[in-house]
Amino acid sequence: MTNVVDVQKLEMTYAGPPEVRALRSCEFTIDQGEYVAITGPSGSGKTTLLSLLGLLESPTGGRYYLDGANVASLNDNERAAVRAHKIGFVFQAFHLVEYRSVIENVQVGLLYQGVGRLERRTRSIRLIEQVGLEHRASALCATLSGGERQRVALARALIRRPSLVLCDEPTGNLDSSTSERVLDLLGGLNGQGLTVVVVTHDDRVAARASRHLTIIDGQLGQGSSSDV
Amino acid sequence: MSRVDSLPSRLLWGDAVAEALSAVMHRPARALLTSLGTIVGVAAFVTTTGVAATLNAQVSSSFDALAATEVRIRDPSAEGASPFPEDADARLERLNGVNHAGVLYSVPDDGRLSPRSNPSDPRVSSTARVPVVAATPGAIRATLPQVRSGRLPDPLHEERSEPVVLLGRVAASQLNVNVVDDQPAVFIGDTAYVVIGILEHVERNPELLLAAIIPSSTERVRIGARTSDYEVLIDVAPGAAPLIGRQAPIALRPEHPSSLTALVPPNPSTLRRQVETDVTSLYYALAVLSLFVGTIGIANATLLNVIERRSEIGLRRALGATRVHIAQQVMLEAIIVGALGGLIGTMLGILAVNGVAISQTWTTTMDPRLVGFAPLAGVATGALAGAIPAVRASRTPPAVTLRS
Ligand SMILES: Nc1ncnc2c1ncn2[C@@H]1O[C@H](COP(=O)(O)OP(=O)(O)OP(=O)(O)O)[C@@H](O)[C@H]1O
Ligand SMILES: [Mg+2]
Repeated sequence: MTNVVDVQKLEMTYAGPPEVRALRSCEFTIDQGEYVAITGPSGSGKTTLLSLLGLLESPTGGRYYLDGANVASLNDNERAAVRAHKIGFVFQAFHLVEYRSVIENVQVGLLYQGVGRLERRTRSIRLIEQVGLEHRASALCATLSGGERQRVALARALIRRPSLVLCDEPTGNLDSSTSERVLDLLGGLNGQGLTVVVVTHDDRVAARASRHLTIIDGQLGQGSSSDV
Repeated sequence: MSRVDSLPSRLLWGDAVAEALSAVMHRPARALLTSLGTIVGVAAFVTTTGVAATLNAQVSSSFDALAATEVRIRDPSAEGASPFPEDADARLERLNGVNHAGVLYSVPDDGRLSPRSNPSDPRVSSTARVPVVAATPGAIRATLPQVRSGRLPDPLHEERSEPVVLLGRVAASQLNVNVVDDQPAVFIGDTAYVVIGILEHVERNPELLLAAIIPSSTERVRIGARTSDYEVLIDVAPGAAPLIGRQAPIALRPEHPSSLTALVPPNPSTLRRQVETDVTSLYYALAVLSLFVGTIGIANATLLNVIERRSEIGLRRALGATRVHIAQQVMLEAIIVGALGGLIGTMLGILAVNGVAISQTWTTTMDPRLVGFAPLAGVATGALAGAIPAVRASRTPPAVTLRS
């Protein structure tokens, strides 16, 4: 079985001034169906790593194979295409389109795959049921609670049928009980084979993962390699 | 090292429009305010063009078609005998665009002429006297006459200076002449003139209906009037008046045409152009200015909007939108706002034109193409305004979603 992610000597240096070496020579692989937590102190490079894995930025060095294809040196349009079809994001700040309804926000996940209206609708209804928001499907996102927002974001990520779901502090803006609900959902989906990477400060979030990577000062430490 | 064989990012056109529409319409008041400049500009444009068209239609319809086909020529320095050549009719009717032309003048009567049906009648007082007019056949025809009885004098009468007379309808009843079949005679001075016809109606020189009209050569030979009243009357084809106004003096007096004065009707197209220049250029300038202000207004608002929605744009990028998709959406939003302004402006403009027309009791005359074109002006405004914000938005890095 191929790795979903295979990263070799990955480097990220932000051209300053001041110049910041946010990642140095990172190497690791992630298999299909893994649940990986990335932890580390503030400013250590966790978000940077996530943005490279999600092709939001291009690395300044090294190689990145996603589903076996080298994506480290793609141009802007090619990266957009890979994002559209292979990556699901869950952000700390949710990033919902506030003036649109729940169902519309979930459908945005398919907009740039060129999926037609009808299929978008049926698939989004299914995902909304899966995250338990069918009673709020036509509510405006501006009226949702934090936990509900993050469940909408999760549905939007999953409707794309991504190879990889990337979460940056997914519970950072949630209280503990709503956090549990979101983490339960994520764990359940991982149980069905979804590959998940979570960046977090929070030990309770990290504890859900099957494998831990630790970053300190841009360098990957081994951490506790596995709970499995 | 295998490259990615992934599908491209794709945004369906219908979805692009729907996304843009929903972004604009969730704040209708703001959209309306944003398009205000465009509304004013398009409304001003439609109003100006519509009022100008209506006014032009008004000018040309109130413009007397009869006057437009009439040229009159006088010699300001004429005194005594006729200043025009005896063959004036022939000279003028040779010109292209002349239907009929000739000389006519009233013959001064100090009481000795006094047209009457019986030679022994006392000569009547000046108030009730039938005036005598001398005219060439062409001049009579140039008045567009209608004959009740008999016929008009022809070139032969003129050539032979025959003692014939044409009576105006009023003159005929004054002189108790009803029909001309039995060749009644009328006495002018001491000469008997045969009545050859009675005029029922003339389109020009209505005073002829009151007069006894004799051939001008007959007048010359038998009366020899001295006056300054000579006038050449020309009936021309539509549109030929300005040209004939220049050519007729040359035909009549080739050696010194400028000593003659031609009275030419004002050219309706000149008049229209004048209306356009005077009334409308200012308003057009105003319309263009408002459209310009409208463009800046939309550009400004769209730019602010793009900055405000930076995280939404970043999200769309993260979800796979290309730069072109983002630029496209921003452009579409600006175009929708512009088109909205164009539509509202057009409607307001049409209302304004109708308001003006009704208040002036004119008939609204508008080019239907204008109604189609004006919203397009709004679209163009929007497209122009959207360009810079679209480029700005398309440069939003997708990583902003992680860093905010
Ligand atoms: N666009 C950028 N330009 C310059 N420096 C950057 C940029 N983005 C991140 N950095 C720097 O790179 C380093 C790693 O940042 P990163 O956001 O990845 O840390 P993090 O581990 O996610 O921190 P936190 O836990 O606080 O979220 C930091 O020193 C940060 O200041
Ligand atoms: Mg971070």
